[in-house]
Amino acid sequence: MTTAIPAQSGALEAGAAAPAPVRAARGGFGRFLIRRVLQALVVVLVVSVIVFALLHALPGGPARGVLGQQASAEQIAAFEAANGLDQPVVLQYLSFLGRSLTGDLGESYLLNQSVSDAIALRLPKTLLLTGLSLVVAVIIAVPVGVYQAVRRNRAVDYWLSTLAIVAYSTPTFFLGMLLILLLSQTAGLFPAAAPQGNGITDVLAQPAGLVLPVLTGAVPIVATFSRYMRSSTLDNLGEDYVRTARAKGTGYRSVVVRHVLRNSLTPVVAMLGYYLPVMFGGALVVEQLFNYPGMGLLFWSAAQSSDFPVLLGCVLVISLATVVGSLLADVVQAVLDPRTRGGLR
Amino acid sequence: MTALRRFTRNRLAVVGAVALAVLVLFAVLGPLVHPTEQVVTDLGAANLPPGVDGHPLGTDALGYDNLGRLMVAGRVSLLVGVLAGVLATVLGTLWGAVAGYVGGVVDAVMMRVVDAGIAIPAIFLLLVLSTIVRPTVGMMIVVLGLVSWLVPARLIRAEALSVRTRDYVVAARAMGATHRRTVLNHVIPNTVGTVVVNATFQVADAILLVAYISFLGMGIQPPTTDWGAMLNDGINYIYQGAWWLILPPGLAIVIVVCALNFVGDGLRDVVDVKGRAA
Repeated sequence: MTTAIPAQSGALEAGAAAPAPVRAARGGFGRFLIRRVLQALVVVLVVSVIVFALLHALPGGPARGVLGQQASAEQIAAFEAANGLDQPVVLQYLSFLGRSLTGDLGESYLLNQSVSDAIALRLPKTLLLTGLSLVVAVIIAVPVGVYQAVRRNRAVDYWLSTLAIVAYSTPTFFLGMLLILLLSQTAGLFPAAAPQGNGITDVLAQPAGLVLPVLTGAVPIVATFSRYMRSSTLDNLGEDYVRTARAKGTGYRSVVVRHVLRNSLTPVVAMLGYYLPVMFGGALVVEQLFNYPGMGLLFWSAAQSSDFPVLLGCVLVISLATVVGSLLADVVQAVLDPRTRGGLR
Repeated sequence: MTALRRFTRNRLAVVGAVALAVLVLFAVLGPLVHPTEQVVTDLGAANLPPGVDGHPLGTDALGYDNLGRLMVAGRVSLLVGVLAGVLATVLGTLWGAVAGYVGGVVDAVMMRVVDAGIAIPAIFLLLVLSTIVRPTVGMMIVVLGLVSWLVPARLIRAEALSVRTRDYVVAARAMGATHRRTVLNHVIPNTVGTVVVNATFQVADAILLVAYISFLGMGIQPPTTDWGAMLNDGINYIYQGAWWLILPPGLAIVIVVCALNFVGDGLRDVVDVKGRAA
């Protein structure tokens, strides 16, 4: 929720593929793919260094974190020796990296569960919630964006754009509270508490409880993606193929639906990959507000109780998902539009 | 057309600027007009609806006057938002300008650091950091600034990449200007349009982020408060219909963030040469 929405065409790529020097694509798709994957690996490594540094920035270090404030100096020394914390920092980092690679993210201080188990239990539910929000949002945002582009600079375009900024400026939790007040408290249409349960099936068995969380999550995505869709459609409406199709006698409506829509969707779909971190942030707030038992709520409870292994494990998993998301987005774009292959930062 | 004319032609930008001015005056001068007790609690006057006992917007669960609280909370939200936004812009501009100007391996390394930072969603990093350091006003500004400099760094780097090959930069180097002088006197001043426009959005985003952190209960601690923290306090009374604890701080955030976005769009009209014809 923290990236200003681009207001004009051309700013579309600014999110991730910063306008790089227009360099001729060196080599073909294979070379692009290798360079891009290597770059993603480097980013993941840097993330792991940041997370490791955070672990060591804890007051009193990890030993104090596990043993608590009352631990004696001897206990801490024993704990550090047992867990390799007396080793040189570089060795500690390497062993942290090795353990993370094998999926061992440590034990939660409080949940009596390993961090990877705790995440594995909740991640599918978060993916379900964000996936539903995303589907609802795209179903609304695509037609709205195309409509705005076709009616560009008319009153209706102006008002819809303003509405998008207002929606974007509304904190997700405030929006959720308003929906609770209106649709749950006043109108009594939907429950304000999200479905509970361990698996996805438990959650899906209570669809009424999903309405408000999904809606709350969808509104900011609509605000952002209707603007992407608008500028992408505008770019395409100016292309030669539109004039050609029109000159051959194809109706305007049919050109928009059959040609422009398809071409405009490509960059917007790729944008979804770059948008992942924003969606995870939104999920955190929605889950906390509606008490939805996903990864965001797990993270929030861990922050309340200073459960550092869970906090850092979640950060690692989410960052990994983000890197993979933008990697996929770049690859999808490179497959569909070879011009972007040279634009590697 | 003068810069001011171009700005005022965007009516929303004018509305935004006026709304901003009003909200700043409300937060800064409001307590002088409507002085209230915001440290000592008064449980005898808790949860009063608007208009009762001289409380125009009622009171909260601790008996604080809600209108007065909205003002002092606004001071914190605006102060943290503006300073964190400025800090992020300064850090991002320096980082991006150096990376774009130097290029090569240095650029690649500096940009991978930015990529890694962007891969960690800000709100998660902020929650981790606020469990490590005590969230005071000053600390919030520093932490928010350290988390939000990445996007401006990317933007300024892209600008610097195009500026570095311009004749005036080449000329400055040929006349013997040091790299440091070239970056500070030629590269950064020529990206100032992008910097200023982005700073506006940066402040808007910082105000939103402070609200999120406070709403999640990990922000600035009582009796100091901000608009997000007021919403966090108010949500417990949402089922008793205490709308006056929810709507005023919520709308204040929406208005100030909207206003900043409108002003940013207006400023973009002023500095964006390409957009002038449109």
